[in-house]
Amino acid sequence: MRNSARSQKIAFALLFLATLLIIIPVGLIVVIIVIKGLPAINWQFLSDIPRQGMRAGGIFPAIIGTLYLVIGAIVFALPIGLLAAIYLSEYSKENFLSRMIKLAIVNLAGVPSVVYGLFGLALFVVFFKFGASILSGSLTLGIMILPIIITTSREALESVPHSFREVSLSLGASKWQTIRHIVLPNAIPGILTGTILGLGRAAGETAPILFTVAAFYLPRLPKSIFDQAMALPYHLYVISTQVPNVDEKIRYGTALVLLILVLFMNLVAIIIRYKFRKKKKW
Amino acid sequence: MRKFKEFIIEKLILSCGLASIFFVGVIFFFLLKEGLALFQFIKPISFLLGRNWYPISEPAQLGIFPLILGSLLVTLGAAVISIPIGVACALYISEIAPGKLKEVLKAGIELLAAIPSVVLGFIGMITLVPWVKNIFHLPTGLTALTGSIMLAFMAMPTIVSIAEDALYSVPKSYKEGALAMGATHWQTIWRVMLPAASSGILAAVMLGIGRVIGETMAVMMITGNSAVMPKMIPFGFVQSVRTLTATIAAEMGEAVVGSEHYFALFAIGIVLFIISFAINVTADLFLHREKTRL
Repeated sequence: MRNSARSQKIAFALLFLATLLIIIPVGLIVVIIVIKGLPAINWQFLSDIPRQGMRAGGIFPAIIGTLYLVIGAIVFALPIGLLAAIYLSEYSKENFLSRMIKLAIVNLAGVPSVVYGLFGLALFVVFFKFGASILSGSLTLGIMILPIIITTSREALESVPHSFREVSLSLGASKWQTIRHIVLPNAIPGILTGTILGLGRAAGETAPILFTVAAFYLPRLPKSIFDQAMALPYHLYVISTQVPNVDEKIRYGTALVLLILVLFMNLVAIIIRYKFRKKKKW
Repeated sequence: MRKFKEFIIEKLILSCGLASIFFVGVIFFFLLKEGLALFQFIKPISFLLGRNWYPISEPAQLGIFPLILGSLLVTLGAAVISIPIGVACALYISEIAPGKLKEVLKAGIELLAAIPSVVLGFIGMITLVPWVKNIFHLPTGLTALTGSIMLAFMAMPTIVSIAEDALYSVPKSYKEGALAMGATHWQTIWRVMLPAASSGILAAVMLGIGRVIGETMAVMMITGNSAVMPKMIPFGFVQSVRTLTATIAAEMGEAVVGSEHYFALFAIGIVLFIISFAINVTADLFLHREKTRL
């Protein structure tokens, strides 16, 4: 008996150790970037164009480029993703078709990001002749974040109690009216969470935009959706591997801005989810 | 009129529901369209098993065997590191950690999942690469091992969260039964919870590995990118390698649209697509089995 108590102690200690092995490096990564990146960040860094072959100046065009891409991706993915989620939660039955759709979503989520890049290149850049442009990049990112939006929205819709729908239907509302006026409003926090998580993912991805939009060095703002643009993650890649002798401070500063952008979106999503859980009426 | 409007909306919803199937199909179609053109220049077998990748020499040599081995090596290393740690962490979070700590740990894991891969690659370049270089006295720290360590951190959030879900969905009665029979907490975890959640944990591991194989940016930044045949394990780990994903990302910018090189990079895309497809379908089967059984 004493033996099994001891082995329990050892086992639990090992499990705890394993957990620390994940959590401590994560903490370290964030702390290192914050400490080393913070000195680089000032108004000029955030609002100026890159100068002297990206060794000085700021990262303003990259920030703007990323914002454009993210907005474009969401404009494309949110309507399709939301309607797809409505289909899965409200209309589909447990049959072969819905199983196939779910499998397709799982697969879309698993396709390597660089393969999305290839696909975007072949379809949007070459076949549709959009060229390397914000439009091509946004569409590629949009398809990439579709599974996130569908999955989270569907969960949000399905968590609305059945009785809500039944009451609405029994009062003579049609199916679509019920969805539109009863189910959707109650699912909005969950849908918002998914959308923001998708935004965060789109903002941080590099491989899908490599050949579809990203400009190595473009010290001006894009004028239309057919323009190329710089983007934060690609800019970080460029100044840390392609351009020699970039001041460490600038690299860390860029990494910090990207990290803050992505983590901020995740934080907002977590807060919405948390508040919503507390407020839930059912 | 209202009936008509409702009809239109329902059709719209249905077509969006089918969109995911459509996109998977379109992605595969375009990869095939551009990738299969390669095989008018070179036989599939010498593409997959050719030992030389010199895409811009005359004539181009397009054998991706070293790249496949590079991917396998990095993935193997990452799996060895991330599977035990990830599963152990999932066990700790779901079975042992008290309420408050559990929430904090879960947030930490989510944080890791949210860090963009290019940021992890950057941190790897600056911290991990010099360490590996000094510890093993190597001429360069850009090695397969460096890539494996960094990629392990990308696989862990996937493994932890899916494995934790699987453990969570084991019926309470299993655990209560074991404890009531006099088993210790650890015996219950080891002999009852772990086997009961095994298919979900297997799926977690597979999806984690899928994430590793498909990872691009971090791998490209820290594995050194030399497209040569890796040496035998364990020497291969302290050597620069190049993966399938990094090859596409590094070379597509220079490949001329419609050239042999361009087609070859798309053919690599087909290989990656098929690998990820196989992994995801199998993992989904395991997860599905779990659901129907319980």
